[in-house]
Amino acid sequence: MTALRHIFRDPVAAFGLLVVLFAVFVAIFAPWLAPYPDDAFESHLLQRLRPPSMEFPFGTDNLGRDILSRVILGTRNALVVAVSVVLASMLIGVPLGLAAGWKEGWMSEVLMRVTDVFLAVPQLILALALGQLIAPGIGAAMVALALTYWPFFARTVFAETRRLRGALFVDALAGIGASPARILFLHVLPNAAPAILVRATIGMGFTILTAAILGFLGVGAAPPSPDWGLAVSEARQHLPEAWWFPTFPGLAILLLVLGFNLLGDGLRDAADPRLRRSRR
Amino acid sequence: MAFYIARRLLLALPALLGLVFLTFVLSRVIPGDPAATLAGDAATPAQLAEIRAQYGLDRPILEQAVIHVRQVLTGDFGRSVFSGRPVAEEIAQRLPATLELTFAALLLSTLLGVPLGLVAALNHNGPVDHLVRVLSVGGLAMASFWLAIMLQLFFSMELDILPLRGRVDVEIGMPPLRTGLVLLDSLLAGRGDIFVDGALHLVLPAVTLCLPGLATIARFTRSGVLETLQKDFVLYARAAGYGRVRLAAIYVLRNAVNMVVTQIGLLFGALISGAVAVEAIFDWPGLGTYAVQAILSADYKALLAVTLVVGVVYAVVNVLVDVAQALIDPRVAEDAR
Repeated sequence: MTALRHIFRDPVAAFGLLVVLFAVFVAIFAPWLAPYPDDAFESHLLQRLRPPSMEFPFGTDNLGRDILSRVILGTRNALVVAVSVVLASMLIGVPLGLAAGWKEGWMSEVLMRVTDVFLAVPQLILALALGQLIAPGIGAAMVALALTYWPFFARTVFAETRRLRGALFVDALAGIGASPARILFLHVLPNAAPAILVRATIGMGFTILTAAILGFLGVGAAPPSPDWGLAVSEARQHLPEAWWFPTFPGLAILLLVLGFNLLGDGLRDAADPRLRRSRR
Repeated sequence: MAFYIARRLLLALPALLGLVFLTFVLSRVIPGDPAATLAGDAATPAQLAEIRAQYGLDRPILEQAVIHVRQVLTGDFGRSVFSGRPVAEEIAQRLPATLELTFAALLLSTLLGVPLGLVAALNHNGPVDHLVRVLSVGGLAMASFWLAIMLQLFFSMELDILPLRGRVDVEIGMPPLRTGLVLLDSLLAGRGDIFVDGALHLVLPAVTLCLPGLATIARFTRSGVLETLQKDFVLYARAAGYGRVRLAAIYVLRNAVNMVVTQIGLLFGALISGAVAVEAIFDWPGLGTYAVQAILSADYKALLAVTLVVGVVYAVVNVLVDVAQALIDPRVAEDAR
C-alpha cells in the first residue's frame, strides 16, 4: 500500500502505471474495442494503403486491413508474450537464485557460473540464435526469450538471499528450529519480493521490445498475426508512400515499453528510497 | 588488487568455455540440413554424402565436438555454407564496419549524454530534470528498428538530405583498404570527398544506435552529479566562493565521471544488439547484417561464430569494467574476496 501511495505521489511513475493499466484494459477487451475485429485475419484488397481518415483513423495496411484494429488486437499478443516470458524466467531463475544464495559451496558456484554463460552474449543475439535453432515462430521465440532472461532473476534473488542470510531474524528463526525450506520460502522470499517485482516490471518492457525486434527480423511472430514488430517490417516495402503503416504500430511499442519502464523506475524508488530514482 | 584482477580474469574463462560448449550443442540441435542447403535442391544423394564428408558432418558426434573446440580455440570457424568462404575471414572483413558504427554511436551518446545529465542535476526537480528523466527512460523504450525507419522516412525519403543506406556512395567508391574504417582510410588516402560522403552515411545509423547509450549516460551522469553535490568538499568550495557552474563543470563532474565510465563498458551489449537491426535497415555491411543473413540462409557456422566473437569481446569488456570499478573503489575488490 505504501508502494502504491509512493507511485501516485510521483507523477512520472503514475503515468507509467496508467499506461500499463490502459494496455491491460485494451488487451482484455480488444475484440470489442477494435472497430474491425475481423481484420486480424481478413484482407480487403480494394482498400489497400488508405491514409488515415474518419473511417480508418490509423489508415489501412498493404492488405487493406484497418491498422487501428490491428494495433488494438496486437496489444493482447504483446502482453501475453511478455507475461509468459517473464513468468517462465521467474520460475527458472527464482528457485535457482534462492538455492545458490543460501549455501556457499560448489553448487552455488556452478549455478552462478551457468548464469555467466547465459549472460556472456547480449540477450538479443542469444535469443536470435536460440529462436532460429529451435524453430522459427513465436513459440520458439518465447522459449528463447525465457532462456535468455532467467539469469537476471537468478542474480537478483541470489543477491537478496545473500543479503538476508546474515540478518538477525534469520538467525533467530534458525535458532528456534525453523527448517531451511521454511526460512527460504516463508521469510526470505517475501523479503526479496520487492526486488523481484522491480526486475519483473523492467523485464516486461525489455521482453516487449526484444520480441518486437525478433518479429521485425522474421524470427518471431508470423503473418497474419497483428504483431507490432512484424507490421513495421511489412511496412518497409511501402515507404515512403504509406508513412502511417509503420508509424502507429511503432508508437504502440514505444508507449507500452515506456509505461513499464517508468512504472519499474517508480517501484524501485518505492522499494528502496535510498536508491533514489536515478540509480539502477 | 593484482589478486582481484587475476581472479576476475580466471572467472571469465569458464563462461567462455561454456559458451563454446553451448554453441556446439546449438549446432547439433539445428533442424535444417546444412549439407542440403549447400548442395542445392537438385543434389543427388552421392553429392550430399560427398559434401557431408568434406565438412565433417558425417563423423561421430563426440569427434565433431573435439574438432569443434580445437578449431574454435585456433580461431578457425570453418567455411560458410552460404558463400563457401572461411567464416573467420568474412567476420574479420565485417568487424571494422560494426566497430566504426558502434564507436560513432558511443561517442555521440557521451558527447550529448554527459551535458544533458549535468544540466538535469543542476536543475534538480525542475522542468529540465523531468524532461531528461522522461527522455532517458524513453530512449531505452524506443525500438531501434522503428526509429531507424522513421529517420529514413523523414531525412532520406521526404527531405532527401541524408543517404538512405550503405557506407559510401557506389559512384564514389570505398577508400583503399587499410584499417577497414571508412573515415580513417579516406583521411589516410587524402580523399576528402570520401570522408564527407562516409560521414553523411554514418549520421542516421549512428544517431539511431546512440539513443539507448545517450539515455543511460544522461541518467548516470545526473545521479553521479547529484550524489557528488552532497559531499562535504562541495559545501566547502561553495563557502569559499566558487561559482556554481564552474564548480559543477570541473570538480563535481570529475568525481561523477567514474560512475559514467563503468556504464560505458556495460553499454556494449545494448550497442551490439541494436546494431543487428540498425545494420539490417541501413544495409550497413557489418556483423549485424552478417548475422541476419546467416539466419535467413540457415548458415549455422556463421551464426555461431558471430555469437562467439560477440561473446569474447563482451567478456573482455566486462572484465575491463570490473577491474576499472575495483581501481576506482577498492572496496569492490575487498568484497570479492
